[in-house]
Amino acid sequence: MPAAPPDLPRRYLGVPLWRPRAAFFELTSCEGCQLQILNNEDTLLDFLSFLEVVQFREAMTEKAEDYEIAFVEGAVSRADEEERLRRIRAQAQVLVALGSCAAFGGVNQLRNRWADPALVVREVYGEAPVETALVRPLSAVVPVDLMIFGCPIRKEEVERIVCDLALGKTVTHPAYPVCLECKANENLCLFDLGEPCLGPITRGGCNAWCPNERAGCWGCRGPAEDANVAQLLEIMRRHGFSDEAFRDRLECFGGFASLPARPEGLPA
Amino acid sequence: MKRDCQVAIAPLTRVEGHGNIRIRIEQGRLLEARWEVVETPRFFEAMLKGKTWENAPWITGRICGICSIGHTLASIRAVERAFGIEPGPCTTRLRLLLKHMETLQSHSLHLFFLVLPDLLGVGSVLPLLETHRETVLLASRIKKLANDACDLVGGRRLHPTRTVVGGFTLYPQPAELAALRERLQAVLPDLDEAAALFGSLPLPDFQRPTEFVSLAGTDAYPFIGGEVVSTDGVRQTEDGYRALTNEYLVPRSTAKWCRLSRSSFAVGALARFNNNAHLLAPAARALAAGLGLAPVCHNPFANNLAQLVECVHVVHDAITLIDELLAGDLEPDRQPVRPRAGLGVAAVEVPRGILYHAYQLSDSGRIMACDCVIPTGQNHANIQADLTALAADFARRGHGDQDLELLAAMLVRAYDPCISCSVH
Repeated sequence: MPAAPPDLPRRYLGVPLWRPRAAFFELTSCEGCQLQILNNEDTLLDFLSFLEVVQFREAMTEKAEDYEIAFVEGAVSRADEEERLRRIRAQAQVLVALGSCAAFGGVNQLRNRWADPALVVREVYGEAPVETALVRPLSAVVPVDLMIFGCPIRKEEVERIVCDLALGKTVTHPAYPVCLECKANENLCLFDLGEPCLGPITRGGCNAWCPNERAGCWGCRGPAEDANVAQLLEIMRRHGFSDEAFRDRLECFGGFASLPARPEGLPA
Repeated sequence: MKRDCQVAIAPLTRVEGHGNIRIRIEQGRLLEARWEVVETPRFFEAMLKGKTWENAPWITGRICGICSIGHTLASIRAVERAFGIEPGPCTTRLRLLLKHMETLQSHSLHLFFLVLPDLLGVGSVLPLLETHRETVLLASRIKKLANDACDLVGGRRLHPTRTVVGGFTLYPQPAELAALRERLQAVLPDLDEAAALFGSLPLPDFQRPTEFVSLAGTDAYPFIGGEVVSTDGVRQTEDGYRALTNEYLVPRSTAKWCRLSRSSFAVGALARFNNNAHLLAPAARALAAGLGLAPVCHNPFANNLAQLVECVHVVHDAITLIDELLAGDLEPDRQPVRPRAGLGVAAVEVPRGILYHAYQLSDSGRIMACDCVIPTGQNHANIQADLTALAADFARRGHGDQDLELLAAMLVRAYDPCISCSVH
């Protein structure tokens, strides 16, 4: 049988596959999430067969502007980024916030602890005029259709989500916390090893990436549904961890900033 | 002969971060050649102020997705030096092994996926899947090995998880290291093939006398800590890094620039090679000789060849490190941490050159001040100087816009700049 011409839609189990034209962008970030896109060499060619990549500054010189999906890494921290993001939003049918910086501001938002951006500039650049603003996640500027959590993103999860998109399936995230995945992996509890951990309140889906390596969770994926932060504070105190250590982890990636109230008695 | 030339690249592709190139030549005269760093600043030094030491490696690793292992190791070393912690033999070897694998990953990504398309006249690696499929598969094998090794030793290929002040949270099993050793052996023929390919593709012939700065090896090709040297004869301790970097601000860059004996200097693989070629593994020395690379080489495009030579070196050295670990040094040696007041400075050779982290810590281990000096920040002034010389040379000879555009892009790319990292 002759091979189907390449412009016919590919099918999977009888379902026509959408091969979206995809573009990758980066705002304020370390570009690590895009590096993850280029990782997992064994499945990279299969992954690329699901997407027609038309723009990816870090990896290719050619570019086209008629993309359907925009993957945006990084937070918004300057006026030109806000403008760029609005242009991307106007073009894309699906806007994906790629990683913790795009979803929550990521580690970048830690400098928002300094309420006045001018003070931050002075701390690092002295009197030089350097433009910046408060760090915001993408959703504070434009509507976001989909978030891919993590610092960094997990390539296996991106593959699953892109596959779902191409098949027209609804993309879902686990509601349960990292703690559940950690237990399923039969790890020793980090609390018993003397390490603080946000696993009980952080959204799962990473397969307990850090706790598997005996590093406590820092909450890079933001809160699980029904996260009981106050109860975790109690548990942390009972294990002798300082409130400051708890706060450091809660505020590290910005995912918990959206919680309605901070637990009573936690230092600001 | 073409007398007018305009180049406006904004932003430069196939590099990490946002930088622009602007060149204007009129009547055969160079009017402007600018390297502009337009990346958004991130302010890590402000993020860390007031935080405790535990936060430093975790947060500063996020300065860069490509060299996050190097940042994490520099941060850990700075805290350990402030607290007076001397890492144990197993930790020391595993850290170097992890660094080597980051170097292999970063160099191979740069050489095959970012540089090779230029040498073969295409815009990205994607068309090479059709024309040079075996080469792309070979590159993927090298990169995958390096990534897998980083997962094994550091817990994760980027933003590592096992690396902590005092040691590692988990240590690899002997069988895992033995399996890695076999894969490292198996990748050596791939590197030979890569060397033959790059050796067959001529690099632009361009020279500009340059000061090269790197760590100074004593008995080994240097990667972590020790004295710093320059080809102009400067010698300085790691603690005296400020005397080497002399950071200053320029209006067209959100990254700080650096100078030393001259108005600019270069760091990175070529600088390491120029200062320490005699300390390379024999196979890496032989490769350098085969490629016609000899110290002191003043062609910035040769940085790509130095990276290739370093790939061979780190694979050989990684095998030696694993042999030492398997011969008896693989004993978990994580040490307790007792904070004390002090200044901790660390110099680590990451893929793009020397990275410095310095923290002023209080007696409870709180970060009172923090300073990070990034290799690409040290290279910016030199990139500018090279770009000016290259464009001036071009203006004299007169070629087409597209030739100059490609050459200028290739020049900046040869530095393998990590621009978002440099605007930390």
